[in-house]
Amino acid sequence: MRHDLIVTQAASAAMPAAQTASASAITVSGLVKRYGAVTAVAGIDLDVARGEIFGFLGPNGAGKSTTIAILCTLVKATEGRATVAGIDVTRHPDEVRSRIGLVFQDPSLDNQLTARENLTFHAMVYGVARNRRRERINAALAMVDLSDRADAPVMTFSGGMKRRLEVARGILHAPEVLFLDEPTQGLDPQTRARLWDHLRDIRANTGLTIFMTTHYMEEAEWCDRIAIIDQGTIVALGTPEELKSQVGGDVVVVQTDDNARAAGEIADLLGATAVTDGDSLRIEVPNGAAFIPRLITTLSVGVGNVAVRRPSLDDVFLKLTGRAIREGDADARQAVMRAFAARRR
Amino acid sequence: MAIETPERVTERSEVRLAPAAPVHVRVSMAQAVYIIWYRDVLRFWRDRTRLFASLAQPLLYLIIFGVGLSSSLAKGSFGGSGVPKSFNYTQFVYPGILGMAVLFTAIFSAMSVVWDREFGFLREILVAPISRSAVALGKALGGATQATFQGMIMLVFAPFVGVHLTVLAVLELVGLLFVLAFSLTCFGVALSARMRTMQGFQVVMNFLMMPMFFLSGALFPLSGLPAWMTVLTRFDPVAYGIAPIRSAVLGAAGLPQGLVDHFSSVTIGNYVVPIWLDIVILLAFGAVMLGIAMRSFRHRD
Repeated sequence: MRHDLIVTQAASAAMPAAQTASASAITVSGLVKRYGAVTAVAGIDLDVARGEIFGFLGPNGAGKSTTIAILCTLVKATEGRATVAGIDVTRHPDEVRSRIGLVFQDPSLDNQLTARENLTFHAMVYGVARNRRRERINAALAMVDLSDRADAPVMTFSGGMKRRLEVARGILHAPEVLFLDEPTQGLDPQTRARLWDHLRDIRANTGLTIFMTTHYMEEAEWCDRIAIIDQGTIVALGTPEELKSQVGGDVVVVQTDDNARAAGEIADLLGATAVTDGDSLRIEVPNGAAFIPRLITTLSVGVGNVAVRRPSLDDVFLKLTGRAIREGDADARQAVMRAFAARRR
Repeated sequence: MAIETPERVTERSEVRLAPAAPVHVRVSMAQAVYIIWYRDVLRFWRDRTRLFASLAQPLLYLIIFGVGLSSSLAKGSFGGSGVPKSFNYTQFVYPGILGMAVLFTAIFSAMSVVWDREFGFLREILVAPISRSAVALGKALGGATQATFQGMIMLVFAPFVGVHLTVLAVLELVGLLFVLAFSLTCFGVALSARMRTMQGFQVVMNFLMMPMFFLSGALFPLSGLPAWMTVLTRFDPVAYGIAPIRSAVLGAAGLPQGLVDHFSSVTIGNYVVPIWLDIVILLAFGAVMLGIAMRSFRHRD
């Protein structure tokens, strides 16, 4: 019963040449968004291929939500150009809207209505033909394993179920691009992993392009490609592996009695750079196993835990911005509020 | 969860072979209005606690305030000489309470826009490929339906205040309640479309809704007031909604036409505003507010 969800691909093949000319699901060039004196997005260029799962990674307030709001036609760009499914978001917002699905940062379901009723409204709003609604709703519910809860009121759903229902809603009208804004925020790791299973399934079944924002590093690893965004600009773009390979070799994490002094010693005596991350120091080295004995014999301060591991995206972010991803959160609150205010308009 | 059952695999291979067909079509303005309206009404119907809770206030006014004030006013002579003994303040205030039920429900339901935009359905609607003007109109009609319904429930209490409504009078009243409800919901949606937080709601309630209620003539006749208040009442759109409703109720209560007009009509100087003009004024107000609401909804940052 899932065959409908593949419509996207077949439909795009039947589309006029003008629209299929580009193989890109999303193109963004020189995108800028200013709110008064504040620049939320400071010139972004992107190209997302059809069928790709693309992650937009950065701390809160980095410009992720604003960019997604522009791509979803909720906010007008100050400068630059963006197309989604081959259509200009500024010139033809309605055309874009009918080709995208959106899963919001916070749940936007109607708790008083059942899952099926929520989806029915969505189907109506998107003009899904009456005789196809039921079949499409069933298919979408099946995709996220909610068939048995179709007629239960949404208020009885857990956080993870609500998210899945929102994903089902997002794909109900066979969009070409599904946008997810922090889709797994507030979900426990197991629920998050399950949601990801569903998203990957859906992509495999439909060829849908998925564009998501996140500030969870672990989550970004699931994406085909990632753009790391900080203070309104893209600081790195590539596959998770490519990005991780930017961090040379291994990462050594060490806790000492005096991190500042230890960092100085590591720089002076070992010729490596230590970056503070919370209560520990991170050091990128070509060979971790060889480095640790030297580290321990060299340091004059007491050493607590030492660990060596493969680089993660966290390390990439830290290397590129000099900050751990979560540190920016507090300063960023203001920018987040702005993005929200913008969205409400 | 990632376990592949054979069944699922079959489903997938079926997927790839499936033929294509267009899934969605363009939603017309009228369909969009209907969807928004339907959703609003469905929610209202689901939330029956709210439905009955919101009856409490008008009933309190009618029963306690109305009966209390009737008793303390000189018995049987509300409105001065020449008024039949059977006519009392409760009968006078009853149409005002109908108007009140409509006013409060209309404004409350319109205010749900603020909440909805932040946390709910409306956010989803605003990214949907439907006309935003349609969203504003659907919302206004949805709120108007709820408010009219609330007013209609209050009609049930007519016999208790000694007003016996004919079928025709009920139909007339339902129409009048709807006109008032629609204009006020448009006003509410126009206000809430610009509002960013629920805190603004308190302001609307204290500085707009309550004054509009008190100045509408719901609780006292609009004649013989101090000049400043007379002026304010004539600028209150609700006054033009209460007037025809009261005229219909008092007519049905068997009051002589002269007295019906005396108690219900809005006068401007010596000019007595006829009922048709009341309705025109009310609709014009609603239309202007709807225009403002639609504009606000279309605005994109």
